[in-house]
Amino acid sequence: MSKANLLDRRQVVSALLANRKDVVAIGGLGASTNDITAAGDHARNFYLWGGMGGAPMIGLGLALAQPKLPVLVITGDGEMLMGMGSLATIGLQKPSNLSIVVLDNECYGETGGQTSHTSAAADLVGVARACGIPDSRAISTMAEVEAFAKTVHDVSAGPRFANVKIDSANVERILPSRDGTYIVNRIRGDLGFQPI
Amino acid sequence: MHARADAADTAPESSTLWPDDIFATLQRFDVRQVPYVPDAGHSKLIQRVQGSSTMRGIPLTTEEEGVALLAGAWTGGQRGVLLMQSSGVGNCINMLSLIPILRYPFLTLVTMRGEWGEFNPWQVPMGSTTQGVFELSGVKVLRASNAAEVPAVLEAAAAQAYNALTPTAVLLSQRLIGAKVFTK
Repeated sequence: MSKANLLDRRQVVSALLANRKDVVAIGGLGASTNDITAAGDHARNFYLWGGMGGAPMIGLGLALAQPKLPVLVITGDGEMLMGMGSLATIGLQKPSNLSIVVLDNECYGETGGQTSHTSAAADLVGVARACGIPDSRAISTMAEVEAFAKTVHDVSAGPRFANVKIDSANVERILPSRDGTYIVNRIRGDLGFQPI
Repeated sequence: MHARADAADTAPESSTLWPDDIFATLQRFDVRQVPYVPDAGHSKLIQRVQGSSTMRGIPLTTEEEGVALLAGAWTGGQRGVLLMQSSGVGNCINMLSLIPILRYPFLTLVTMRGEWGEFNPWQVPMGSTTQGVFELSGVKVLRASNAAEVPAVLEAAAAQAYNALTPTAVLLSQRLIGAKVFTK
Protein backbone atom coordinates (compact mmCIF):
# COMPACT_ATOMS: atom_id res chain seq x y z
CA MET A 1 0.00 0.00 0.00
CA SER A 2 1.81 2.98 -1.24
CA LYS A 3 0.72 6.53 -0.52
CA ALA A 4 1.11 9.38 -2.95
CA ASN A 5 4.03 11.82 -2.57
CA LEU A 6 6.15 9.50 -0.47
CA LEU A 7 9.64 8.62 -1.66
CA ASP A 8 10.75 5.25 -2.98
CA ARG A 9 13.28 3.65 -0.61
CA ARG A 10 15.50 2.26 -3.35
CA GLN A 11 15.71 5.65 -5.09
CA VAL A 12 16.58 7.31 -1.79
CA VAL A 13 19.39 4.86 -0.95
CA SER A 14 20.64 4.86 -4.51
CA ALA A 15 20.95 8.66 -4.34
CA LEU A 16 22.68 8.51 -0.94
CA LEU A 17 25.31 6.09 -2.27
CA ALA A 18 25.57 7.26 -5.90
CA ASN A 19 28.86 9.08 -5.42
CA ARG A 20 29.97 7.34 -2.25
CA LYS A 21 33.78 7.61 -2.65
CA ASP A 22 35.29 6.41 0.65
CA VAL A 23 32.02 6.17 2.62
CA VAL A 24 31.48 3.18 4.91
CA ALA A 25 27.76 2.35 4.78
CA ILE A 26 26.00 0.41 7.54
CA GLY A 27 22.58 -1.05 6.75
CA GLY A 28 20.21 -1.75 9.63
CA LEU A 29 18.62 -5.18 9.74
CA GLY A 30 15.73 -5.86 7.39
CA ALA A 31 14.86 -3.86 4.34
CA SER A 32 17.57 -1.22 4.84
CA THR A 33 20.38 -3.74 4.52
CA ASN A 34 18.74 -5.00 1.31
CA ASP A 35 18.49 -1.42 0.04
CA ILE A 36 22.23 -0.80 0.35
CA THR A 37 22.78 -4.13 -1.43
CA ALA A 38 20.48 -3.07 -4.25
CA ALA A 39 22.56 0.09 -4.69
CA GLY A 40 25.56 -2.18 -5.39
CA ASP A 41 27.60 -4.56 -3.27
CA HIS A 42 30.69 -2.81 -1.95
CA ALA A 43 33.69 -3.72 0.20
CA ARG A 44 32.69 -0.92 2.58
CA ASN A 45 29.12 -2.10 3.11
CA PHE A 46 28.29 -3.37 6.60
CA TYR A 47 25.19 -5.57 6.29
CA LEU A 48 23.22 -6.32 9.45
CA TRP A 49 20.84 -9.27 9.66
CA GLY A 50 20.29 -9.01 13.42
CA GLY A 51 21.26 -7.07 16.53
CA MET A 52 18.20 -4.87 16.20
CA GLY A 53 18.88 -1.39 17.56
CA GLY A 54 22.64 -1.70 17.10
CA ALA A 55 23.27 -0.06 13.72
CA PRO A 56 23.78 3.53 14.98
CA MET A 57 26.19 2.31 17.68
CA ILE A 58 28.23 0.28 15.19
CA GLY A 59 28.37 3.52 13.21
CA LEU A 60 29.58 5.44 16.28
CA GLY A 61 32.34 2.93 17.08
CA LEU A 62 33.55 3.03 13.48
CA ALA A 63 33.29 6.81 13.23
CA LEU A 64 35.35 7.31 16.40
CA ALA A 65 37.98 4.82 15.23
CA GLN A 66 38.23 6.41 11.76
CA PRO A 67 37.56 10.14 12.25
CA LYS A 68 38.54 11.11 8.70
CA LEU A 69 36.21 8.60 7.08
CA PRO A 70 32.58 9.42 6.35
CA VAL A 71 30.38 6.84 8.09
CA LEU A 72 26.75 6.56 6.98
CA VAL A 73 24.16 4.52 8.87
CA ILE A 74 21.02 3.74 6.88
CA THR A 75 18.28 2.11 8.91
CA GLY A 76 14.54 1.90 9.44
CA ASP A 77 12.17 3.56 11.88
CA GLY A 78 11.67 0.34 13.87
CA GLU A 79 15.40 -0.22 14.30
CA MET A 80 15.94 3.44 15.25
CA LEU A 81 13.14 3.32 17.79
CA MET A 82 14.69 0.26 19.45
CA GLY A 83 18.06 2.02 19.73
CA MET A 84 16.70 5.48 20.48
CA GLY A 85 19.02 5.91 23.47
CA SER A 86 21.97 5.69 21.10
CA LEU A 87 20.99 9.12 19.75
CA ALA A 88 21.76 10.52 23.22
CA THR A 89 25.07 8.65 23.26
CA ILE A 90 25.94 9.97 19.79
CA GLY A 91 24.77 13.49 20.69
CA LEU A 92 27.21 13.45 23.59
CA GLN A 93 30.20 12.16 21.55
CA LYS A 94 29.47 14.41 18.56
CA PRO A 95 31.42 12.40 15.95
CA SER A 96 31.74 14.93 13.13
CA ASN A 97 32.04 12.20 10.47
CA LEU A 98 28.84 10.26 11.31
CA SER A 99 25.56 10.57 9.45
CA ILE A 100 22.37 8.65 10.22
CA VAL A 101 19.49 8.26 7.79
CA VAL A 102 16.22 6.71 8.87
CA LEU A 103 14.03 5.30 6.10
CA ASP A 104 10.70 5.93 7.80
CA ASN A 105 7.80 3.94 6.36
CA GLU A 106 5.92 4.22 9.66
CA CYS A 107 5.61 0.46 9.92
CA TYR A 108 7.35 -2.84 10.58
CA GLY A 109 7.45 -3.91 6.95
CA GLU A 110 9.31 -7.20 7.48
CA THR A 111 6.79 -8.58 9.96
CA GLY A 112 3.46 -7.85 8.33
CA GLY A 113 3.31 -4.08 8.14
CA GLN A 114 2.20 -3.34 11.70
CA THR A 115 2.22 0.42 12.28
CA SER A 116 5.18 1.87 14.17
CA HIS A 117 5.29 4.72 16.69
CA THR A 118 6.34 7.19 14.00
CA SER A 119 2.99 6.76 12.25
CA ALA A 120 1.13 8.78 14.84
CA ALA A 121 3.30 10.06 17.66
CA ALA A 122 7.07 9.69 17.72
CA ASP A 123 9.08 12.43 15.99
CA LEU A 124 12.58 11.04 15.45
CA VAL A 125 13.90 14.37 14.11
CA GLY A 126 12.79 16.03 17.33
CA VAL A 127 14.37 13.25 19.36
CA ALA A 128 17.69 13.53 17.50
CA ARG A 129 17.77 17.31 17.86
CA ALA A 130 16.88 17.14 21.54
CA CYS A 131 19.68 14.60 22.04
CA GLY A 132 22.29 17.08 20.81
CA ILE A 133 22.36 16.57 17.03
CA PRO A 134 21.45 20.07 15.77
CA ASP A 135 21.69 19.07 12.07
CA SER A 136 18.58 16.89 12.15
CA ARG A 137 16.33 17.10 9.13
CA ALA A 138 12.90 15.87 8.10
CA ILE A 139 13.21 14.96 4.43
CA SER A 140 10.35 14.48 1.99
CA THR A 141 11.82 15.24 -1.46
CA MET A 142 14.58 13.73 -3.61
CA ALA A 143 16.21 17.17 -3.87
CA GLU A 144 16.61 17.16 -0.10
CA VAL A 145 18.01 13.61 -0.21
CA GLU A 146 20.58 14.65 -2.82
CA ALA A 147 21.58 17.71 -0.79
CA PHE A 148 22.01 15.54 2.30
CA ALA A 149 24.08 12.99 0.34
CA LYS A 150 26.61 15.74 -0.46
CA THR A 151 26.97 16.75 3.19
CA VAL A 152 27.81 13.17 4.22
CA HIS A 153 31.31 13.66 2.76
CA ASP A 154 32.00 16.63 5.02
CA VAL A 155 33.65 14.87 7.95
CA SER A 156 34.00 18.05 9.97
CA ALA A 157 30.37 19.14 10.31
CA GLY A 158 28.50 16.15 11.73
CA PRO A 159 26.96 14.37 13.39
CA ARG A 160 23.88 14.71 11.25
CA PHE A 161 20.55 12.95 11.18
CA ALA A 162 17.83 12.71 8.54
CA ASN A 163 14.42 11.12 8.73
CA VAL A 164 13.18 10.35 5.22
CA LYS A 165 9.51 9.58 4.78
CA ILE A 166 9.23 6.68 2.34
CA ASP A 167 6.30 4.67 1.08
CA SER A 168 5.63 1.35 2.72
CA ALA A 169 5.53 -0.72 -0.45
CA ASN A 170 7.37 -4.03 -0.16
CA VAL A 171 10.07 -4.15 -2.80
CA GLU A 172 12.02 -7.05 -4.25
CA ARG A 173 14.35 -8.63 -1.70
CA ILE A 174 17.95 -8.25 -2.81
CA LEU A 175 19.95 -10.11 -0.24
CA PRO A 176 23.58 -9.46 0.75
CA SER A 177 26.01 -11.93 2.30
CA ARG A 178 24.87 -13.32 5.66
CA ASP A 179 28.44 -14.10 6.75
CA GLY A 180 29.21 -11.49 9.39
CA THR A 181 32.88 -12.38 9.71
CA TYR A 182 33.35 -12.00 5.96
CA ILE A 183 31.54 -8.65 6.00
CA VAL A 184 33.66 -7.21 8.83
CA ASN A 185 36.95 -8.55 7.51
CA ARG A 186 36.21 -7.26 4.03
CA ILE A 187 35.75 -3.73 5.41
CA ARG A 188 38.85 -4.06 7.60
CA GLY A 189 40.86 -5.27 4.63
CA ASP A 190 39.69 -2.35 2.53
CA LEU A 191 40.75 0.02 5.32
CA GLY A 192 44.20 -1.56 5.34
CA PHE A 193 43.97 -3.78 8.44
CA GLN A 194 45.54 -7.23 8.46
CA PRO A 195 43.77 -10.33 9.81
CA ILE A 196 44.76 -11.18 13.38
CA MET B 1 29.61 4.66 49.80
CA HIS B 2 31.39 1.34 49.91
CA ALA B 3 32.77 -0.51 52.90
CA ARG B 4 35.60 -2.87 52.12
CA ALA B 5 34.56 -6.29 53.24
CA ASP B 6 37.84 -8.09 52.65
CA ALA B 7 40.16 -6.05 54.83
CA ALA B 8 41.41 -9.15 56.59
CA ASP B 9 42.52 -10.74 53.30
CA THR B 10 44.33 -7.90 51.59
CA ALA B 11 46.47 -4.97 52.59
CA PRO B 12 44.61 -1.63 52.37
CA GLU B 13 47.03 -0.18 49.81
CA SER B 14 46.60 -3.07 47.36
CA SER B 15 42.81 -2.94 47.76
CA THR B 16 42.68 0.65 46.65
CA LEU B 17 45.12 0.17 43.78
CA TRP B 18 43.34 -2.53 41.79
CA PRO B 19 41.57 -0.08 39.44
CA ASP B 20 45.02 1.29 38.57
CA ASP B 21 46.15 -2.25 37.78
CA ILE B 22 43.19 -2.63 35.42
CA PHE B 23 43.93 0.70 33.75
CA ALA B 24 47.58 -0.24 33.23
CA THR B 25 46.63 -3.54 31.59
CA LEU B 26 44.11 -1.89 29.28
CA GLN B 27 46.72 0.67 28.32
CA ARG B 28 49.27 -2.02 27.55
CA PHE B 29 46.78 -3.79 25.27
CA ASP B 30 46.17 -0.55 23.38
CA VAL B 31 42.49 -0.30 24.31
CA ARG B 32 41.06 2.88 22.81
CA GLN B 33 37.27 2.93 23.30
CA VAL B 34 35.80 2.45 26.76
CA PRO B 35 32.00 2.44 26.69
CA TYR B 36 30.38 2.28 30.11
CA VAL B 37 27.26 2.53 32.18
CA PRO B 38 28.57 3.90 35.47
CA ASP B 39 28.86 1.82 38.61
CA ALA B 40 30.34 2.88 41.92
CA GLY B 41 32.78 -0.02 41.70
CA HIS B 42 34.06 1.29 38.36
CA SER B 43 34.27 4.95 39.40
CA LYS B 44 38.04 5.09 39.87
CA LEU B 45 38.73 3.28 36.59
CA ILE B 46 36.33 5.60 34.77
CA GLN B 47 38.21 8.58 36.23
CA ARG B 48 41.50 7.17 34.93
CA VAL B 49 39.97 6.63 31.49
CA GLN B 50 38.60 10.17 31.41
CA GLY B 51 42.05 11.50 32.25
CA SER B 52 43.74 9.40 29.55
CA SER B 53 44.99 10.82 26.25
CA THR B 54 44.71 7.49 24.43
CA MET B 55 41.40 6.11 25.75
CA ARG B 56 37.98 7.57 25.12
CA GLY B 57 35.33 7.03 27.78
CA ILE B 58 31.90 6.73 26.18
CA PRO B 59 28.89 6.92 28.51
CA LEU B 60 25.99 4.76 27.31
CA THR B 61 22.27 4.94 28.00
CA THR B 62 22.07 1.13 28.13
CA GLU B 63 24.74 -1.55 28.12
CA GLU B 64 23.77 -3.22 24.83
CA GLU B 65 24.89 -0.05 23.05
CA GLY B 66 28.43 -0.91 24.12
CA VAL B 67 28.32 -4.40 22.59
CA ALA B 68 27.45 -2.88 19.21
CA LEU B 69 29.91 0.00 19.63
CA LEU B 70 32.83 -2.42 20.09
CA ALA B 71 31.91 -4.16 16.81
CA GLY B 72 32.15 -0.83 14.99
CA ALA B 73 35.37 0.09 16.79
CA TRP B 74 37.04 -3.17 15.70
CA THR B 75 35.83 -2.76 12.13
CA GLY B 76 37.57 0.61 12.22
CA GLY B 77 40.74 -0.86 13.72
CA GLN B 78 40.38 -0.12 17.44
CA ARG B 79 40.04 -2.27 20.53
CA GLY B 80 37.59 -1.49 23.28
CA VAL B 81 36.34 -2.71 26.64
CA LEU B 82 32.81 -2.48 28.07
CA LEU B 83 32.40 -1.50 31.72
CA MET B 84 29.13 -2.28 33.46
CA GLN B 85 27.57 -3.74 36.59
CA SER B 86 25.93 -7.14 36.78
CA SER B 87 22.39 -5.84 36.29
CA GLY B 88 23.46 -4.45 32.92
CA VAL B 89 24.43 -7.87 31.60
CA GLY B 90 20.76 -8.76 31.17
CA ASN B 91 20.30 -5.69 29.00
CA CYS B 92 22.89 -7.03 26.56
CA ILE B 93 21.57 -10.48 25.76
CA ASN B 94 20.37 -10.20 22.16
CA MET B 95 23.20 -7.86 21.20
CA LEU B 96 25.72 -10.45 22.43
CA SER B 97 24.79 -12.43 19.30
CA LEU B 98 26.90 -9.97 17.31
CA ILE B 99 30.06 -11.33 18.92
CA PRO B 100 30.18 -14.85 17.38
CA ILE B 101 28.60 -13.63 14.15
CA LEU B 102 31.03 -10.76 13.52
CA ARG B 103 33.93 -12.35 15.46
CA TYR B 104 35.49 -9.31 17.07
CA PRO B 105 37.47 -8.99 20.28
CA PHE B 106 35.06 -8.64 23.18
CA LEU B 107 36.17 -7.87 26.72
CA THR B 108 33.86 -6.67 29.45
CA LEU B 109 34.58 -5.89 33.09
CA VAL B 110 31.54 -6.40 35.30
CA THR B 111 31.25 -5.17 38.86
CA MET B 112 29.09 -7.63 40.76
CA ARG B 113 26.04 -6.83 42.85
CA GLY B 114 23.64 -9.22 44.50
CA GLU B 115 26.28 -11.34 46.25
CA TRP B 116 28.65 -11.13 49.27
CA GLY B 117 26.77 -9.13 51.86
CA GLU B 118 24.21 -7.50 49.53
CA PHE B 119 21.67 -5.22 51.25
CA ASN B 120 19.32 -4.68 48.29
CA PRO B 121 17.26 -7.75 47.32
CA TRP B 122 16.46 -6.22 43.93
CA GLN B 123 20.09 -6.77 42.87
CA VAL B 124 20.06 -10.47 43.68
CA PRO B 125 18.16 -12.06 40.74
CA MET B 126 20.36 -10.59 37.97
CA GLY B 127 23.51 -10.89 40.07
CA SER B 128 22.74 -14.60 40.50
CA THR B 129 22.31 -15.23 36.78
CA THR B 130 25.11 -13.01 35.43
CA GLN B 131 27.65 -15.80 34.97
CA GLY B 132 25.05 -18.15 33.48
CA VAL B 133 23.85 -15.52 31.01
CA PHE B 134 27.38 -14.98 29.76
CA GLU B 135 28.11 -18.69 29.48
CA LEU B 136 24.88 -19.38 27.60
CA SER B 137 25.78 -16.52 25.27
CA GLY B 138 29.24 -17.89 24.49
CA VAL B 139 31.24 -15.48 26.64
CA LYS B 140 33.95 -17.03 28.86
CA VAL B 141 33.86 -15.90 32.48
CA LEU B 142 36.83 -15.16 34.73
CA ARG B 143 36.47 -13.84 38.26
CA ALA B 144 38.60 -11.70 40.55
CA SER B 145 37.67 -12.03 44.21
CA ASN B 146 40.48 -10.07 45.81
CA ALA B 147 42.81 -7.26 44.85
CA ALA B 148 45.90 -9.47 44.69
CA GLU B 149 44.53 -11.52 41.81
CA VAL B 150 43.27 -8.62 39.71
CA PRO B 151 46.47 -8.10 37.64
CA ALA B 152 46.81 -11.76 36.62
CA VAL B 153 43.10 -12.16 35.84
CA LEU B 154 43.06 -8.96 33.76
CA GLU B 155 46.19 -10.01 31.90
CA ALA B 156 44.71 -13.41 31.04
CA ALA B 157 41.35 -11.92 30.06
CA ALA B 158 42.83 -9.24 27.82
CA ALA B 159 45.24 -11.71 26.22
CA GLN B 160 42.57 -14.25 25.31
CA ALA B 161 40.07 -11.58 24.21
CA TYR B 162 42.42 -9.58 22.00
CA ASN B 163 44.90 -12.25 20.86
CA ALA B 164 42.62 -15.26 20.52
CA LEU B 165 39.27 -13.51 19.90
CA THR B 166 37.79 -15.37 22.85
CA PRO B 167 34.86 -13.32 24.16
CA THR B 168 35.61 -12.76 27.83
CA ALA B 169 33.90 -11.26 30.86
CA VAL B 170 35.75 -10.52 34.08
CA LEU B 171 33.48 -10.51 37.10
CA LEU B 172 34.86 -8.18 39.76
CA SER B 173 33.28 -9.68 42.83
CA GLN B 174 31.39 -7.73 45.42
CA ARG B 175 33.90 -9.04 47.93
CA LEU B 176 36.61 -7.14 46.03
CA ILE B 177 34.60 -3.96 45.61
CA GLY B 178 32.86 -3.98 48.96
CA ALA B 179 29.12 -4.30 49.51
CA LYS B 180 27.26 -1.04 49.03
CA VAL B 181 26.31 0.46 52.38
CA PHE B 182 22.95 2.23 52.62
CA THR B 183 22.91 4.83 55.37
CA LYS B 184 20.31 7.42 56.29
